[in-house]
Formats: sequence, structure tokens, C-alpha cells
Amino acid sequence: MSRRYDSRTTIFSPDGRLYQVEYALEAISHAGTAIGILAKDGIVLAAERKVTSKLLEQDTSAEKLYILNDNMICAVAGMTADANILIAFARETAQDYLLTYNEDIPCEQLVRRLCDLKQGYTQRGGLRPFGVSFIYAGWDPQRQFQLYLSNPSGNYGGWKATSTGANHASAQSLLKQDYKEDCSLDEACGMAVKVLSKTMDSTKLSSEKIEFATVGQTKDGKVYHRLWSADEITALLKKHDLAKDETAEEK
Amino acid sequence: MYDAPTMEVLLGITGKDFTLIAASKAAMRGATVLKASDDKTRALNKHTLMAFSGEAGDTVQFAEYIQANAQLYSMRNEADLSPSALANFVRGELASSLRSRKPYHVNLLLGGVDPITHKSRLYWLDYLAALAPVPYAAHGYAQYYCLSILDKHHHPDISLGQGIKLLNLCTDELKRRLPIDFKGMVVKAVTKDGIIDIEFDDDKVVHAA
Repeated sequence: MSRRYDSRTTIFSPDGRLYQVEYALEAISHAGTAIGILAKDGIVLAAERKVTSKLLEQDTSAEKLYILNDNMICAVAGMTADANILIAFARETAQDYLLTYNEDIPCEQLVRRLCDLKQGYTQRGGLRPFGVSFIYAGWDPQRQFQLYLSNPSGNYGGWKATSTGANHASAQSLLKQDYKEDCSLDEACGMAVKVLSKTMDSTKLSSEKIEFATVGQTKDGKVYHRLWSADEITALLKKHDLAKDETAEEK
Repeated sequence: MYDAPTMEVLLGITGKDFTLIAASKAAMRGATVLKASDDKTRALNKHTLMAFSGEAGDTVQFAEYIQANAQLYSMRNEADLSPSALANFVRGELASSLRSRKPYHVNLLLGGVDPITHKSRLYWLDYLAALAPVPYAAHGYAQYYCLSILDKHHHPDISLGQGIKLLNLCTDELKRRLPIDFKGMVVKAVTKDGIIDIEFDDDKVVHAA
């Protein structure tokens, strides 16, 4: 039956739903988990990598974390190819704003511009919506550190801690349990790996399986963002006793 | 493209927590004064004010175009553009106008207080789309008389009262040296609480030496 209503994104089903949008959301719930946590002095984004292989060159292929602008990064859940289009759009939008006003684009404005584009594909006919959810982490002078989540329908919201992708429901309830107001960036990083270790299939993690990034502020007030290297991730995992045993790896 | 400085007076002075903008009240055409109560300023948002001089017609058209864009931004984004962002936006508009078939011939002072840091800001722009952040500024012939006075007496953390005194030094010198009557000044101050009109004594007579 539903075949009659889901071949075009723009047509409502009799019970008032847009099936293509719901299928896009379904596609995302099979993607690797991504989480974001807002701390008082920064933001951490962490994501589960699905494609892991010993042959994969690690440093040259960020799969889920991308830099959007000097003041913003994002985590991707869903179809990476679709995400690349949106990321290119976001980067161009941010640069265009910088050219016009000689200031970084405020975080919510960039999120809204992306969501306007996503929304367009749920209304204009013949095309498929973007199968991507983003978690955005950024800073601007007006509202300081901010965390946003957007989905294929073009909806977005600001969060203190949020997740998307596979097991996002259980990640969300873990975050709800563990989240402390005014936690530091270090504590947030610890919380992020703990939540990931519980939502991922294996309890012991390794730097091949996750990606990590932080937005923070240096002592003199400059905002920075950083995608973590494999060694830094391993060190963090060891600190929280979640690293995979090196000797067991050989089996 | 060069044009001679005009008799229109635009002055700007920053202080500790305010920016003063003053503009002459005479609207002139050739040697005739058409109006003695002209206001050559437009408020762009709660804490940014722009004063303009140049070709009649171009000035108000351009200023109100910028004003409309600033207000549209405020409406869309529920936040005002900072004086710095506005100055760069205006510079961009002037630069693209300059390269069109009929460029706007407008010189501007853009002053305000940053809504987040509460720091005072002043920008000097001309019709060639030059932009400079400055502590005090003037346009037209007034530059030749006032900048030296301001060089000598201006200090970055003066109070509003001291700023107004400084402005009086400038207008006295203009009355003493400028060959025509510019009909007094419209004076406005931008503070963190918004734009306020300043009562300014225009009737004082200053005789040339």
C-alpha cells in the first residue's frame, strides 16, 4: 500500500506522514553512533567508525568528523556521500558570511542555513532527502559554546548532550543519567568514551573504531577546534580503562 | 573620480563607553541653503548610528538601503549586527557600487558600541570604499580644522561630558574658519543603552581672529 505514497518525497500519506523522510531517518539509525556533550569550557564530539580495516589508512580518512568553519565542527551520522554535499555547502556559506561581515557566522545561523537546504528536499518534488543527521559543535561571542542536532526533515535543536545513529536511544538515556551541569571538558571526554563503550558492540574500544574531536578555549581566550590523532584517542581510552588489550589484538 | 571636499560637516568621537556622532544641519544646493534642520544620520540598529554626506539624493538613498538591510538582519536572526560587521557590510556595498555604471557618491561615519563587549567603535568610510577604524574622525573641509584639535585633546577613555566639550572646541573652530554658515550640528551619542539625542548649543557666536 505504502508504495503509492513513498515514491515521491513531497506527497503525504493518508495518515499525514512523509515516508521518504522516515526512511531517511531509518537509514541513519543503522549508521555508527555519534554523540556530543557540552561542557562549561568546551564541547566534545565522538563517533563510532563502521569501516575498520587493518589496511585502512587512518590519518587520511576522517569518516565522521568534519571542520565546517574556524568556529565550528560537526559529526555525521548517515550517508557520508550525502553529508559531503551538505558540508561543502556549509563551508561555502560560512566563508560567504565572513566575506560580507568580516566575522565568523553565528553557529545557529549556519545550522539554520543547512536545515533550510535539507527541508527543501522534503517539499520540492522528485528528489530524495539527504540521509544525514549532524551534530554541530561551535562557539560564537553571543551564545558561547553551543551544541546542535539536525535531521533529514530539516528540524534542528540545541542540546546539552545528544546522540544520533545506531543505539541513539540508549546513548541518550545514558547521557541523561550521567550528564552533570557545569562539567569540565575533561570530564565530558571521559563521559563520551564511557557512553560509546556501552552503545558499541564491543566493550573494549580502540582508536580504529572511534573518532574524537573537541572545541575549546585557550588560556588567552582564543577558540580552537581539534580532531584527535589515533595516539591521543588511545591515551584517553587507557586513562578510562576502556582500551583494547594490545596482546589480545593478535588473536 | 576625485572630488573636492564639501562644506558639509561630519564629526565622530569615541570615548570610554560611548561614541559621539555630529553632522551639520544645513542642506545645501550650490551656494543656497535649502534647509537649516537637516538630519544627516540614520540609526542602523539599537547601538549603531551612521552619518552621511556627499551627492544629494545618493546619500539618503544609500543610507536608508543600509538601514533596511540592517533591520532585516535583526528581524531574521533575532540579534543585531555589531558595528564592526555593519562597517564591513557597508564597505562591501560601496565597493560593488563603485564598480557599477552609476556609483553612489557617499562618505560615511559609522559609530556605535559593541553589543557584547560594550566597547565604543568608530569607522571612517569614503565613496571609494576605503574603511578605517578610528578613535575620532571627520569628513569634508572640517577635517582640516578638527583633526589637529582632536589629535591634541582626544584621549581614549574620556567621559561623555568631556567628549561634548571636545566637540564644542571643534565647532567653535569651524565657525571661526569655515567661510559659510553650516547652521549648527545634530549631535547624537551611542551608549550601551542605545542612541540618545544630545542638546547642543548652536547659537553661540564665534568671531574670526
